[in-house]
Amino acid sequence: MNRLLDALSRIFDFGLTGELLGYPFVQQALLAAAALGLVSGVLAPLVVTRKMSFAVHGTAELAFTGAAAALLIGVGVTVGALAGAVVAALLLGLLGQRETERDSVIGAVLSFGLGLGVLLLWMNPERASNKFTLLVGQIVGVSSADVTLLGAAALVVLLVTALLYRPLLFASVDSEVAAARGVPIGLLTPVFALLVGIATALGVHVVGALLVMALMVTPGAAAMRVTASPVRATLLSVVFAEVAAVGGILLSLAPGVPVSAFVTAVSFGIYLVCRVVGGLRVNRLTRGSSAAAV
Amino acid sequence: MQRPQSSTEPTEHPTDGTRSDETTNGRERPPAVRLRDAALSYGPRELWRGLDLDVAPGEFLAVLGPNGAGKTSLLRVLLGLAPLSGGSVRIAGEPAHRGNDRIGYIPQQRSLQNSLTMRGNDLVGLGLDGHRWGIGLRHRAARARRVREALRAVEATDYAKTPLGLLSGGEQQRLRIAQAIVSEPDVLLCDEPLLSLDPSHQRRVSELIGRQTRTTGAAALFVTHEINPVLPLVDRVLYLVNGGFRIGTPDEVMNSTTLSELYGTEVEVARVGGRLVVAGAENEQDHHVHEGGEA
Repeated sequence: MNRLLDALSRIFDFGLTGELLGYPFVQQALLAAAALGLVSGVLAPLVVTRKMSFAVHGTAELAFTGAAAALLIGVGVTVGALAGAVVAALLLGLLGQRETERDSVIGAVLSFGLGLGVLLLWMNPERASNKFTLLVGQIVGVSSADVTLLGAAALVVLLVTALLYRPLLFASVDSEVAAARGVPIGLLTPVFALLVGIATALGVHVVGALLVMALMVTPGAAAMRVTASPVRATLLSVVFAEVAAVGGILLSLAPGVPVSAFVTAVSFGIYLVCRVVGGLRVNRLTRGSSAAAV
Repeated sequence: MQRPQSSTEPTEHPTDGTRSDETTNGRERPPAVRLRDAALSYGPRELWRGLDLDVAPGEFLAVLGPNGAGKTSLLRVLLGLAPLSGGSVRIAGEPAHRGNDRIGYIPQQRSLQNSLTMRGNDLVGLGLDGHRWGIGLRHRAARARRVREALRAVEATDYAKTPLGLLSGGEQQRLRIAQAIVSEPDVLLCDEPLLSLDPSHQRRVSELIGRQTRTTGAAALFVTHEINPVLPLVDRVLYLVNGGFRIGTPDEVMNSTTLSELYGTEVEVARVGGRLVVAGAENEQDHHVHEGGEA
């Protein structure tokens, strides 16, 4: 407890924060977080609309497995996480075609992946703290090469999302009519799962596998509470994700508390505020429409 | 010009001179839908065959029949989502194909994801360009204008900016009509659009669809298990039962003799206060089950 209070008392030690900002590894961490915030903010409203929160969770666990495998054989953690997430997206896409099965398929795959990851970490002779970070994140471990890879992956995800945006939105909110208009729903589903997989793998690096939903789901869920416009929801979601990712890191610098604690706290705080604001909004709208009832 | 004829029924085309088969610019307009010797089967099960049907521009065709008779499958064929097992199908003169912008589609009323992050004008806009790639930053003004016009046509302007999740079923169905007509289609395919609406909304929604056929010359194929709400609007009926079918005006098809033949059992049709009551037809008055699963 004292340790926590001691750490929190340093949050407002701006001198120390400023000093830490001078370090290249901190700057790289912030760049990585900014890229992640952008990508996850864009994807989050679609993830929420498509009810894919649990799929994100499952994908993150397999990204963790991939990262653990990469650590063991001495390949970059980012590459391992990406590989794991892509395998997860393909597995979930293949096994979970039926909507009724999707939930249980994810449950089955993610528990196995997590177990496999634990085994891979146990086989690794490296010291334990390094392994722990794969689950809860360790932004300061991001190298400049990682930042380049993260940035490139983020760019690819954003470009593909922009290309698919309208049919994806159509298929997500209104699949029957979208199919009637010729939207290739069978193709969009796995492609979007792949995009989510890549974004999730990026998130594993920053907040860790367990907490990736704080960036991939929460900002979208929060934004969708306060606006009825898909475009505005996406913009807000990006802002929320950036505030959580970048803000979380900035807050964590001086206290030296794990980044993920702050990222998730900021993200959840935004979500709570949006729920309250959204509740008031729905009250106002329903009162307005009942007056002019049809 | 040659008025498109349905070769299977003995009577004349029921539409009169007020229903023009021509476009406003005076050019001849091909039949909105033309089926020739069309057959559809799934494995050994034959839904129908030898179906010849021309639906004229502006015509309102009710598609009736028990569950599993292939009503929804017929719509899937017209949408290009399922192939015929025999014969040919043309939409506004072109072979049917996937993603046909000559077709507007109105589905059953179901809660639209209960979405609070989608408004009526977003939904209607998707009907215009939701199938196109990209974000859609160009032609925003023209898009907004067409969406506004479609919303006005169904008198939904008042709640165009209200989240869909807060609208009633009837209001959502009016937006569905706007979504279907915004691309100015030649054919409106309606798959049980009145289901789960109360009678006043049923009337409202069917009137709006009927008005579209009159003002734009779009043909409507209206799949329903209950003809009465649309009876005043119906030009012809396509009645599908167990591999057989009849095409004709409501009077020609909706009578005891024809339906008894079609069902192969005693069926009685009575007119009660302007409503048709069908007794003895299997499933006819049962609670409807969506037949999408068969495809």
